[in-house]
Amino acid sequence: MIMQFDPFVIPFNIGLYFIIIYVVVRSVIWFRELSRPDKLRLQRGFFGSAFALSIKEIFLESLIHRRILKTNLRLGYMHMSLAFGWFLLIFFGTLEADIFGAKHLNAPYKAIFFRFFNPDHGRMGFEAVYGFLMDLILAFILSGLLLAVLKRFFSSVVGMKKTTRLKTTDKIALTSLWLIFPSRLLAESFTSGAYGNGSFLTGSLGSWLASFLPAQQMAYPFWWLYSISLGTFFILLPITRYMHIPTELFLIFMRNSGIKTGDKHGTFSEVQTYSCSSCGVCIDTCQLNSSAGIDNIQASYLMKAIRNDDDASDIAHNCLMCGRCDQKCPVGIELSPIRMIQRRIGESENDMKNIYKGYFRSRQSVPIDLPGTTPNFNFLPESETEKADVLFFAGCMTHLTPAIKNSMIKILDASGVNFKFIDEHGGVCCGRPLMLAGKDREARELINYNSQLIWKSGARTLVTSCPICYKVLRESYYLDVEVLHHTQFIKRLIDEGSVKMNFLHKKVVYHTPCDLGRGSGVYDEPKAVLKHVSRLERSKFEDENSLCCGGSLANMKISYQKKNRIALDAAAELTKGNPDILATACPLCKKSFSAATHVRVADISEIVAEALIVPAIKKNINNQVSTIKELANIS
Amino acid sequence: MDKFGYTISKGRQINYESNDRWVADYIYEREPSFRLCIECGGCSATCTTGNLTKFSLRELQILIKRGENDQVRLNIKKCMLCGKCTLVCPRGVNTRNIVILAQQAFQKSNDYAI
Repeated sequence: MIMQFDPFVIPFNIGLYFIIIYVVVRSVIWFRELSRPDKLRLQRGFFGSAFALSIKEIFLESLIHRRILKTNLRLGYMHMSLAFGWFLLIFFGTLEADIFGAKHLNAPYKAIFFRFFNPDHGRMGFEAVYGFLMDLILAFILSGLLLAVLKRFFSSVVGMKKTTRLKTTDKIALTSLWLIFPSRLLAESFTSGAYGNGSFLTGSLGSWLASFLPAQQMAYPFWWLYSISLGTFFILLPITRYMHIPTELFLIFMRNSGIKTGDKHGTFSEVQTYSCSSCGVCIDTCQLNSSAGIDNIQASYLMKAIRNDDDASDIAHNCLMCGRCDQKCPVGIELSPIRMIQRRIGESENDMKNIYKGYFRSRQSVPIDLPGTTPNFNFLPESETEKADVLFFAGCMTHLTPAIKNSMIKILDASGVNFKFIDEHGGVCCGRPLMLAGKDREARELINYNSQLIWKSGARTLVTSCPICYKVLRESYYLDVEVLHHTQFIKRLIDEGSVKMNFLHKKVVYHTPCDLGRGSGVYDEPKAVLKHVSRLERSKFEDENSLCCGGSLANMKISYQKKNRIALDAAAELTKGNPDILATACPLCKKSFSAATHVRVADISEIVAEALIVPAIKKNINNQVSTIKELANIS
Repeated sequence: MDKFGYTISKGRQINYESNDRWVADYIYEREPSFRLCIECGGCSATCTTGNLTKFSLRELQILIKRGENDQVRLNIKKCMLCGKCTLVCPRGVNTRNIVILAQQAFQKSNDYAI
């Protein structure tokens, strides 16, 4: 006689149906809150290739955790064994219940508690092989669980310096998660022990336990424990970090459908916030943690603070916005845009608040002071400029490093282009610092001013020396000119043959500035220019993995001393190969590193200016008369 | 009464004891480096805004510390937060945060009367 039901399955069933209903309701709410274009994107994605891509990505990332495996093998194995192992256990468990059970299409609990309802199963032949497979999967999960438990107490076990701190509900959920698999092991082992079957794990453990314990009686409490821990875990799931398990599926699908974070709170930013599993990869990669000892502001803590409705303002503002965590995040959450949204809170129209003890969130209007009764920057002068083909916008920071400014003028002069230095006598800030402080409206005033200046000049190319300006000029200005960073511009001059250079026999190591590299995706041009004029050495921190100099304008809170510690550590790493010059492409990086190392720090433009062969005659295509005069003078 | 062409001008005395220095306290609490300022004026010399209009962070810092908040309230929003002052400061004062905190303080007190 095979039993069909036992009271102990009730907690599991409550939990399971609760979480299914919850996820359905939540996804309906999320879908409703999407903007109209995003809804269309999602619909198109559902019937397009995005769906297939998402399935593949869900398999690779949510189950196998390929990206964590790449960064940290042991941590990846831990996540993989729990996620992929659990998936396999459910998948093969359902098959097992379907094939070997009393009837087909069983209730979910039949698969989960299969051994209890079919204790006599798995003695020989195919059944035994299948039992072996199930034991193998369980052993796979348990090995990962062992790592997880060890990680909680000694994070170095999985090769991490720090692991995430938890809140109380997280701890309860964590405990119930930890209990699930050992209690399953013991429950199955006792049942196997009582019936004298089971495979290598449950069978041998069961027969050993049965040798000195009453297995038949001992099994039942463990089946209860197994069911209760599953039920508790499911019920706590929405208010803990484990919400990432269902949410990540939505995230992957939404991302593949082409939805972007934008600059306001919305479904996508919320889905991303909930997709954070607090794996802690961002904590180890953060230089504020490794160099400056600030260990409570990293992205996973920001996500947690947003989820819990804590005051995240300090966390949001205490960040260099270098984007290293964005690159390393195994879930691919757009951490910096979310941090920017958080910085704008109070300035934006709506904010999300938790209701029903954190199970649901709703939009709440935040009162904002109405836009500009009087502008803040009404002192800005009338923008006037001369006509030119190429504009050079040095930016505030370049004015603090005159060597870069002078080098650029030398290069521009030598190239013979018709250029105009628009902020020669100190211009107006590009607006990015204000944006980084969450003051978009004020920034808009400066952007409008500079835009007018650029429009009036009638130029086609705008060259800037500062990656901070470069990023904002490209992203937030509405211009019909081509915006180039000076490294890109110099690369173009070299390719065109407009400038000639000597080769400097110097060993150079290149530091990629955050806003130029990760922020704007300019990696190759600076290196190409450096290769052209010097011996470029490779460093351990190239391209996406480059370090931050610590000088970033994005951090409002950090003290001078801590900035300096970051610069010292970064400079020490970069100058390990004893280069002659530490090259960079940002005035701010140059300033930070100059104070932190004995190696000469120079901007690429300085190195180029040094190598430049200045033409005997000043080329000026627009002023032919003067060129002819000069020629006459020489001859 | 005839004043023989003389007027009595209003007192120009400032009583610092009676000034309310809550903005200064608000900043001291959140940005301790505010105390390090030696009033050298480096910040004002390099200032992007100061190049275009009458705006001196040195002066504003002194006024905040004295508790003469009206002048500060009128001017503090002119800052573009470009951060040059922070870089040139010889004492490592986080000047940008001081500006942000002063703006915050006025905003919180709801008398951002511009």
